Amino acid sequence: MTDVINTNDNANPNGSNFSTELRTILMVWQRELIRFGRNRTRIITSLSQPLLFLFVLGYGMSTLVGSTEGFDFKKFLFPGIVAMSVVSTAIFSAISIVWDREFGFLREMLVAPVRRSSLVIGKTLGGASVAALQGTIMLVLAPLIGVRLTVLLVIEVIGLELLMAIALTAFGVFVASRIERIEGFQVVMQLVLFPMLFLSGALFPLSGLPVWLSVLTRVNPLTYAVAPLRQVVFAAQNVPPAAAARFSAQVTIFGHVLPIWSEVSLVGIFFVVFFLLAVQGLSRRQ
Amino acid sequence: MEGEAERPLATDTSVAPETQRRVMAAPAIEVIDVEKRFGDLVAVGGVSFSVQPGEVFAFLGPNGAGKSTTINILCTLALPTGGSARVAGFDVVKNPNEVRQKIGLVFQEQTLDDQLTAEENLRFHAVLYGVPKKYRKERIERVLELVKLADRGSDLVSTFSGGMARRLEIARGMLHTPAVLFLDEPTIGLDPQTRSLMWDDVMTLRREEGVTIFLTTHYMDEAEVADRIAIIDHGQIVALDTPERLKAIIGADTVDLETGNDAAAFEVIKAAGFQVERGAERVTVFTENGEGEVARLVELVGGGVRSVHVHRPTLDDVFLHFTGREIREQPGESHTGMGRAWGARHR
Repeated sequence: MTDVINTNDNANPNGSNFSTELRTILMVWQRELIRFGRNRTRIITSLSQPLLFLFVLGYGMSTLVGSTEGFDFKKFLFPGIVAMSVVSTAIFSAISIVWDREFGFLREMLVAPVRRSSLVIGKTLGGASVAALQGTIMLVLAPLIGVRLTVLLVIEVIGLELLMAIALTAFGVFVASRIERIEGFQVVMQLVLFPMLFLSGALFPLSGLPVWLSVLTRVNPLTYAVAPLRQVVFAAQNVPPAAAARFSAQVTIFGHVLPIWSEVSLVGIFFVVFFLLAVQGLSRRQ
Repeated sequence: MEGEAERPLATDTSVAPETQRRVMAAPAIEVIDVEKRFGDLVAVGGVSFSVQPGEVFAFLGPNGAGKSTTINILCTLALPTGGSARVAGFDVVKNPNEVRQKIGLVFQEQTLDDQLTAEENLRFHAVLYGVPKKYRKERIERVLELVKLADRGSDLVSTFSGGMARRLEIARGMLHTPAVLFLDEPTIGLDPQTRSLMWDDVMTLRREEGVTIFLTTHYMDEAEVADRIAIIDHGQIVALDTPERLKAIIGADTVDLETGNDAAAFEVIKAAGFQVERGAERVTVFTENGEGEVARLVELVGGGVRSVHVHRPTLDDVFLHFTGREIREQPGESHTGMGRAWGARHR
């Protein structure tokens, strides 16, 4: 038993383990980034879908819809696609918990003498960073679409992307904590993520919809994540009034236009609720 | 395995006063009446045992006997429905975090991130278990050396063979110098050569770091490495002792003789005072020292002996003796049961 290092000398069973928890958060976060950086195919494939939407759907629909005083559908679509890309990356990152479960690494994390909330925070921040990064890469395409970028706009967009990504990753971790098998993941994608994306206003304006569709879009929490992003992008462009009316970036409820702070707050509440549920979901003991 | 002769011969699970005097430290694991029910199903039905610091303790049992459930309770992954358990001095229900800090775990299934390198996996573990930064690098290098993977530290785990991954997991389990290392069926899916390499690693760790090892297995030969073995069946401990003493409980060696005239051989051996049975094509003699008696048996039977086979009891026999499983499955082998019962009575 010579030269055995007592590595437990900083372990304090009852006192503050704040620094250990903080290091845990950073480590879990770092693992997400390492894995993301190492998986080049994932970066490329996760860019391909938004590109397809942006160019194929964007150009296709623009011919059909036409432009209003020089403002066309592509420009409307752009922030929506950025949001879509952030949301799906965030969900995919969070869902990797199901893979961790399947390949056992989740167990390694869950038996560690750390708080479950630290693991969820690390995972959420990791997934959110990757998602926000992915969304920010999309901004490179802005000039091709004719969307003008300013420094302030880029900062605003990154901020909103992070908020959206954190909320959606927390939601994804919650879902993943309840899924026992990989097959369940497909079900979640088909029944939850795609409907949420399609009903979020990412792909079409939310004004002048039939009542049933209008209701569904307003119930969908993603709507309130997509709208602020589009609003800040539009604010940096010269959107003619007629175009602003036709390609509305606003969400209205009973004729009232929701202010951006209320939308952002709703996303914040969404995050808190699903973060707590995710912690609870991972804290269950047989 | 020094000291095992001094351990009391006891199939009950309490620690004899003698042992308590000799081993001053508190038990590394202390389990009292632990029970786990899933609805009507009793997975673990009130087991009690204690494991001394530095001991290698094996849980031997068939699949579904309650081994993994017990290990899950001790590792704070599952809550017992009754009884209490302390690991490294902490209660597994009341102080799960303290217990986790003090234990290393190697699960049945692989729990490495194969998209990270070996070192990254270890660093992750070191951070989560609060290994101080100044020791981290040194400690990672040391455990990698202990399992002979020092040159593979910066390789992705996805490039590792099953045996290498397993050894890396053992290294990881030891990284934070735990008091107790739990190995749940650690050699499942490994070839015999890799298995023996792995056990070399485990015994090196035990020798150099003084860790208590608790392992579950359903391989008899693996349980042989243990200082003590608990045989568990249907959620109950049916026997608990050193491998040698468990085999001693079985007692008798068996000597199978094939002779020209079994009837005559049977009579003459029986007349000499041996416990003997006549099988279809052989005569089976039960004796404490089979090899020592061969010459006398051959002499008794005379020239008609065609073959002699001496069988020493193995853990397989011990296991069959206590669970009775094979006797039920193969009624034709009933004589072995009788012989064993005889041996057990005479020890």
